[in-house]
Amino acid sequence: MPSSTERTRAHRAPQRPGDRVFAGLSTGAGVLILVVLAGVAAFLLTEAWPALVAPAEDIPGGEGVAIYIWPLLFGTLLSAFLALLIAAPLAVAIALFITHYAPRRIAQALGYLIDLLAAVPSIIYGLWGIAVLAPLSVEPSEWLAENLGFIPLFAGPATSTGRTMLVAVIVLAVMILPITSAVVREAFRQTPRLHEEASLALGATRWEMIRMAVLPFGRSSIIGASMLGLGRALGETMAVAIVLSVSGGVTFNLISSGNPKTIAANIALDFPESTGIAVNTLIASGLVLFAVTLLVNMAARAVINRRREFSGAN
Amino acid sequence: MAKRIEVKDLDIYYDKFLAVQGVSMTIQPRSITALIGPSGCGKSTFLRTLNRMHELVPNARVDGKIFMDDEDLYGPGVDPVSVRREIGMVFQRPNPFPTMSIYENVAAGLRLNSTRIKKADLDELVERSLRSANLWEEVKDRLNRPGSGLSGGQQQRLCIARAIAVQPGVLLMDEPCSALDPISTQAIEDLMLELKSDYTIVIVTHNMQQAARVSDVTGFFNLRGVGQPGELVEIDETTKIFSTPSNKATEDYISGRFG
Repeated sequence: MPSSTERTRAHRAPQRPGDRVFAGLSTGAGVLILVVLAGVAAFLLTEAWPALVAPAEDIPGGEGVAIYIWPLLFGTLLSAFLALLIAAPLAVAIALFITHYAPRRIAQALGYLIDLLAAVPSIIYGLWGIAVLAPLSVEPSEWLAENLGFIPLFAGPATSTGRTMLVAVIVLAVMILPITSAVVREAFRQTPRLHEEASLALGATRWEMIRMAVLPFGRSSIIGASMLGLGRALGETMAVAIVLSVSGGVTFNLISSGNPKTIAANIALDFPESTGIAVNTLIASGLVLFAVTLLVNMAARAVINRRREFSGAN
Repeated sequence: MAKRIEVKDLDIYYDKFLAVQGVSMTIQPRSITALIGPSGCGKSTFLRTLNRMHELVPNARVDGKIFMDDEDLYGPGVDPVSVRREIGMVFQRPNPFPTMSIYENVAAGLRLNSTRIKKADLDELVERSLRSANLWEEVKDRLNRPGSGLSGGQQQRLCIARAIAVQPGVLLMDEPCSALDPISTQAIEDLMLELKSDYTIVIVTHNMQQAARVSDVTGFFNLRGVGQPGELVEIDETTKIFSTPSNKATEDYISGRFG
């Protein structure tokens, strides 16, 4: 609104030092974010550049940088999206249980527990995955291969080590579950009492009330929390590096011994032994991961903004 | 379809705390009954027992009987959800669903009550409800816009449209004008007088002039003392309450000597 800005310019309010200092600090913090982001992007671009322009036979594998990165990208996306597919509905259900179904005392204890789980380092989840979940997964995997083998995901043959994509996906799902459900829980908790009562007074059952008032209100937070979880799953390094027994192929088969690698785990495993153009290639794969996470976040933003008028924030 | 309500010896509790004691009254169909009284005397609490919203507060309960026509609202096996479908409610602050359009807001209750309505029937019901709420002319061109974009008074009329769309027998209004300006208040009051021919209306209000303007019967709630339960002091024709009340406390309250 030009008229109002002109008016403030004409009658400028006296500037107070506290205001000025605080405005400077918060502006600086905002600019810092942009500088860091630009710095990371610049680093990735310059370091990845030699690999991007190098002749195909110099790249590890000998077939060029795109062929090198593609299976990694595939593995990364497959594991992260499947993990999200498991974790997101569970997170919403957990958040609903805590905010709308559980007795207060249980809800409090459970909420506290989930906050604690969110703080467990990923390496712990990785250890749990390989020490506990992997052996446990062997029998069910064999069953899956025998009975549901017609689904490409369970084509088999099932490996006897259990170090499969399936286990990696479950570990990732468990890992992102706490943070996702914690964010969703906070959103559900803030559902205005007014709107809950509006639907109950119309004769809604509890579940109908949740569908009418709670879920729509929490919609953008559910998307935001899922993206947070997806981001964590995309970038997860150690848990995947420990669990997954890789062969580098592109396959949807979740239970065999030939699993695709993920970008982050591949960088962690190969970086120490790489030199020269191989390092640049790894960084190029990092650049791809960076771009994918940015895209995922922008897509989520766009989804949220499309329904902004109906968000209840106005 | 307007229903008659009969309350017999109703005690209302929050856990062990007795909030309102010994209310008995008969609410006639096709009339407006106003409940007045100082803050904290339990008139809103009482109103919320009529559609069983009171029991949503953990450990809240009631003793006594409420009948709607011949149906015992607190009888064994009566589902509070079905009670609330029969008794509509409008709240103090306008509360249209922010994530829904104007159309969807009005249709919200209809979608709950019947699993499948034809689109044409739904359109007609939405239009009729909005017309009844004197809102149709103002919103007919923007039915797909969010309800939260309307003014406060329009939002409140939208909430009334939402409540009457399911054709309840009784309409409860909990200080429906306290967040509105005088013009919007006037619009709601005019609307109440129109709706009276089809519905039984019970309104809680802090505004004694409003009670005098719109209601046929007025009930005066009061606290006996601090920490004591609220009670229904007197209920009678509005003209009588505001001219020659039979109770001294009522007279003091309506003449502005306290409260």
